[in-house]
Amino acid sequence: MKPKIAFFDFASCEGCQLQVVNLEAEMLDVVGAVDIVQFREAMTEKSDDYAIAFVEGSITREKDIPRLKKIREQAAILVALGACATIGGVNCLKNFQPLEEVRKYVYGDKADWYETFPTRPIDAVVPVDYYIHGCPIHKDELLKVVKSLLLGKKPEIPTYPICVECKRAGNVCVFELGSTCLGPVTRAGCGAWCPTHRDNCAGCRGLVPDPNTNAEKEVLKKYGLTVDQAVGQFRIFLGYAEVAK
Amino acid sequence: MKNININVDHVTRVEGHGNIVVNVKEGKIEECKWEVVEAPRFFEAFVRGRSYLELAHITSRICGICSIGHTLCSLQATEAALGVKISEQTRLLRRILIQGENLQSHVLHAYFLAAPDFVGAPSVFPLVKTHPEVVVRALRMKKLANDLCDVFGGRTVHPITPTVNGFTKLPGIKEVREIRQRLAEAVPDLEATLDLFKTLKIPDFKRETEYISLKSKEEYALYDGMIASTDAGTTPVENYRNWTNEYLVPHSTAKYTKHVRDTYMVGALARFNNNHDQLSPQAKKAAEELGLQAPCYNPFMITVAQVVEAVHAVFEIIRLIDEVLDKGLKEEDRRILLKAGKGVGAVDVPRGILFHDYTYDKNGICMEANCIIPTNQNHANIQKDMEALLPQILDRPQEEIRLSLEMLVRAYDPCISCSTHLLKVEFVT
Repeated sequence: MKPKIAFFDFASCEGCQLQVVNLEAEMLDVVGAVDIVQFREAMTEKSDDYAIAFVEGSITREKDIPRLKKIREQAAILVALGACATIGGVNCLKNFQPLEEVRKYVYGDKADWYETFPTRPIDAVVPVDYYIHGCPIHKDELLKVVKSLLLGKKPEIPTYPICVECKRAGNVCVFELGSTCLGPVTRAGCGAWCPTHRDNCAGCRGLVPDPNTNAEKEVLKKYGLTVDQAVGQFRIFLGYAEVAK
Repeated sequence: MKNININVDHVTRVEGHGNIVVNVKEGKIEECKWEVVEAPRFFEAFVRGRSYLELAHITSRICGICSIGHTLCSLQATEAALGVKISEQTRLLRRILIQGENLQSHVLHAYFLAAPDFVGAPSVFPLVKTHPEVVVRALRMKKLANDLCDVFGGRTVHPITPTVNGFTKLPGIKEVREIRQRLAEAVPDLEATLDLFKTLKIPDFKRETEYISLKSKEEYALYDGMIASTDAGTTPVENYRNWTNEYLVPHSTAKYTKHVRDTYMVGALARFNNNHDQLSPQAKKAAEELGLQAPCYNPFMITVAQVVEAVHAVFEIIRLIDEVLDKGLKEEDRRILLKAGKGVGAVDVPRGILFHDYTYDKNGICMEANCIIPTNQNHANIQKDMEALLPQILDRPQEEIRLSLEMLVRAYDPCISCSTHLLKVEFVT
């Protein structure tokens, strides 16, 4: 019997679900191997009988919690899809400002109509079995994880930093180009997507398990950059990790 | 007399969360409401304090589907604020990117989100078995558009290379040539697309409204121009606040807008109504074949206008790529002088005209931000269309009414996560 899978989203741009649709040619193979029973962005038919749940987005309000817990109860395997779900992502930027002020800035005197609490990743609310990192997720890694799950294997996610992939790709180090980069402490797996395009790594895949922050500091020092600059950049996606510490 | 109770909790095959609520008691409409229930994300608040170099990367995350549009609009606003004049090369490459996103998004909406309704399928997935050639063609066209955006922007979802005053990395000429070749080879797919959409029966419904889009002397505007309205002529983009007039409604986490009338429409049909005479000859012919004529007041025709724009995109991108190949690409100096300032960007993205407005301090740190999203501008129009459509179909079975209303919402291709993520107005009291 084909495994029944479902897609869900919380606060997010839905770009990671779009990456699922963007599998294009491979999507037909995936559709053939599984039974997609719920995917609101792409389909009307739905069933609550699923074994694998892919969850995109971060948790930003009280009423998200029971919905997420229900998904966790039903799913034998829960996969966090993309940076908002895995590490909190860009939505956590609001956690660095007083939330009352944030609500007022956007909704003025109607701020009370709009509920919000400090943004958190999925695993701050329920246990997560697997993570597909990145903002957005990378199609190759998505396929790799889906294939592993179908074979009943544990997906292998790199534990080494982006720098390894960057060197392998023969890129000019973006520090050499004059910017800060979180490549030395960020988990690889995207093929150094941004540095390969001469942009810095902003850490969207989360930190490696034991980030060598001293190495990062040494690199910054070597190029005459400050830790503050790197911390600023760190907050774009990794703000939750900073606050949780 | 009839009782109808429709509660579509989260309309499917749209981006984001919206509900339709209809309550009819003994033939009398008591409630007919379009609700937006997406979780707000507060981008405008949290970009404050961030550097001018980060704004495009952060605001791109408002929406995965129109992330190229947000990126380009954000860069425009930043460049306007900092007084940066971009090169012709940068403008050319950005125009290719926005056309590429339009093609990608329209193929996704027309084939995957809208078309299943017309063949009575709940999604594209059953069509894999019943209409494999259609699905394979749609995926091939989508892949072409995505590959094109990968070449010109580094990545389709949240592009990497577009940056302030240029690109971090230019596309390779070899890759550009390959994409041009594939675009030329896509013409039969476009023809087959027209044949398919010709057979779809579009519901007969009309409600005239105000249509707002960009307008440019040079071309069918997407990347830049003036704001244009069917009711009010044109105005510079800096006047966008006076033309959008945002306000809040209690049942929606998204903001609504109005201009001359109570509501207005943005998107492919609004652009078509304003700028149809600037379409490429092939797109004009496609419009004729599909029975789309300006001015068109049927919102169900938005999907048809998207198909016409998809045809236009292919030929326009070929024309723009030929310009790239003719002139060649060269590395440019992207350095700028920082200064304090305020600037507005406006790009007509797949779902309609988008505005970003930033204020920076002298160090290039963002102090104020305001963004007005296409779907926000359509919400009130969707509501008015529903109110006009419902009495006309009240005698039909409840399921059919529900489907018609859902199709109406889907025709707008609403991008709800976008529309709730950035909402800011100055409150008029």
